[in-house]
Amino acid sequence: MSGPAATLPDLAGHFGKYGGRFVPEALIKALDELEAAYRSAKTDPEFQATFKDLLLNYAGTPSLLYRANRLSAALGAEILLKREDLNHTGAHKVRNVLGQALLAKRMGKPRVIAETGAGQHGVASATAAALLDLECVVYMGQTDTERQALNVARMRMLGATVVPVTNGSRTLKDALNEALRDWVSTVETTHYLLGTAAGPHPFPEIVRDFVSGIGTEARQQCLDQLGRLPDAVAACVGGGSNAIGIFHAFVPDEGVRLYGFEAGGDGVETGRHAASITGGSVGVLHGNRTYLLQDEDGQTIESHSISAGLDYPGVGPEHAWLHDTGRASYEPVTDAEAMAAFQLLCRTEGIIPAIESSHALAGVAKIVPRLREELGRTPTIVVNLSGRGDKDVHTAGAYFGILDKAETVVPGENT
Amino acid sequence: MTIAKTFAEAKAEDRAVLIGCMPAGFPTVDRSIEQMIAMHEAGCDVIEVELPYSDPVMDGPVIQKASDIALANGVRTRDTLKIIEAVASAGATVVLMTYWNPIEKYGVDAFARDLAAAGATGLITPDLIPDEASEWIAASDRHKVDRTFLVAPSSTDERIAMTLENCRGFVYATALMGVTGARNAVSSQAPELVARIRKIDPDLPVGVGLGVGNGAQAAEVAAFADGVIVGSALIRCVLDAPDRAAGLDSLRALSSELAEGVRRR
Repeated sequence: MSGPAATLPDLAGHFGKYGGRFVPEALIKALDELEAAYRSAKTDPEFQATFKDLLLNYAGTPSLLYRANRLSAALGAEILLKREDLNHTGAHKVRNVLGQALLAKRMGKPRVIAETGAGQHGVASATAAALLDLECVVYMGQTDTERQALNVARMRMLGATVVPVTNGSRTLKDALNEALRDWVSTVETTHYLLGTAAGPHPFPEIVRDFVSGIGTEARQQCLDQLGRLPDAVAACVGGGSNAIGIFHAFVPDEGVRLYGFEAGGDGVETGRHAASITGGSVGVLHGNRTYLLQDEDGQTIESHSISAGLDYPGVGPEHAWLHDTGRASYEPVTDAEAMAAFQLLCRTEGIIPAIESSHALAGVAKIVPRLREELGRTPTIVVNLSGRGDKDVHTAGAYFGILDKAETVVPGENT
Repeated sequence: MTIAKTFAEAKAEDRAVLIGCMPAGFPTVDRSIEQMIAMHEAGCDVIEVELPYSDPVMDGPVIQKASDIALANGVRTRDTLKIIEAVASAGATVVLMTYWNPIEKYGVDAFARDLAAAGATGLITPDLIPDEASEWIAASDRHKVDRTFLVAPSSTDERIAMTLENCRGFVYATALMGVTGARNAVSSQAPELVARIRKIDPDLPVGVGLGVGNGAQAAEVAAFADGVIVGSALIRCVLDAPDRAAGLDSLRALSSELAEGVRRR
């Protein structure tokens, strides 16, 4: 499995049969321009230096690779946490938005638009826009603006306009539709700051590249701290940007197993989940061919997850390809399993993780016995702790029944 | 009737073709058939049936709403084929507009076969560009279904040429950079785009859509295009009507007004 991953996608944006461009013709010119701008930025030392400087001095990367001893003891494995939760804005997403906001500047576009589910990408986009003096409009499903009211306030504080989307299921997929509609109309002046490694080419490649520092850092940190590579790397997968970010550098290392954990919601068998690869089928959604949740007629099925950031019915095309080739393994994790892992990390390490990242921790708890048996020893596993749980305090507090009754009201219902 | 013949006849009459769009199954299967036949009888030369889709990124609020209503009422892909059959049997020239995923899910070759059997002359694909369409091009050739791809004001001449080469029947020129929906004024970008298309291929009929909502605008577009495509304004006749009969009356009135408009170039 060495080689191909480093050279994909092909020139038309395909990862095997996945990816590509399934968008209105009106957007093709903008996608071509974006691709050209990205190619030239990639080899421009000045652009790369600016990006690197922002990552180092603004975002606070490289993030720590932390040996979680008490969690390791609890799980029976050597667990290393890639602390993306410590980045500015509290998640891996800052890497992508800084890169894309710099690209927007480079293309001379004064306005960026973004879609957001949990609000993390929206907050990150608003942050980068404030920093680089760009106008920012964030589309967010109305259901999500209600369950993530604090993030809406954060975005507004940062100067962004938040537009609640009332179409369809009023969640992330509808926010993405609305952002695409905005973009078709404003493409001359606007860059679409897409939040995950999905969408039409070249977004999956650009986003992957901007977040791939996660894996490059983690790989080097393993070599420095352990003197060897880990047995496995694990991440949660919604659209899949944090996962592709940590996987990418490890793909050529055949001895390193890659695990992606999807949001299993109430359980894949119940139909109420967001597990596109393990519970979906191949089709076209939001500009690319990939795995998605769809009915027999190809209509998108609404996803369900306790984690707003994973609550999306599709997945990035490179994950679809890594799944088909067998290079990475994808498994579902239920809401209940994720919340148990959330609590475990809080209690063993004093770290409140994002519910998204808790899916990765829960998945690891499930694979440890298998890995121990396969390897005949204690496995070493790097887990991408993609975000911090501050934004999830309300959801988790309600889940565990540790809020006063008056406080368990969904914030949006008061506003 | 084939699309080519429809355009040829209109040309002989020195007028543009009127293409009226209505989502299949909106608000119900039977009523959508009735509405399409009313549109046909009142002067729409071509009925553009839109297959309702959960994520219509090229469509504005009116078509989204109509599609949502159709889907909520349970319309299936197979119902759309039945609707096409009913409307084609009533004598209308029918084309289907659809986002790509429902076709891929149905099976591309099987869909081309069943679409032809239902009596549609062609397929308009708003989110399928020729670059990704090799399977559709082969299937539509096999089953003799016309292909309409879109061109936009932002398309380069190179892309327009490539797109025209892959179209058969007519090309859909989006009059402006935006989504479907009636506008107050006809886009100034449209005549220039049509001129660019004609320069590359003077023979392929050009339908212009996006933003046309009344007879005067239809006349304005008919002055430089071969076909005038109207969707949201027709759908609004049904959405805004207090009852079924009023919706049909309003649809007929607007269709007649538009039909008169495309004759006033």
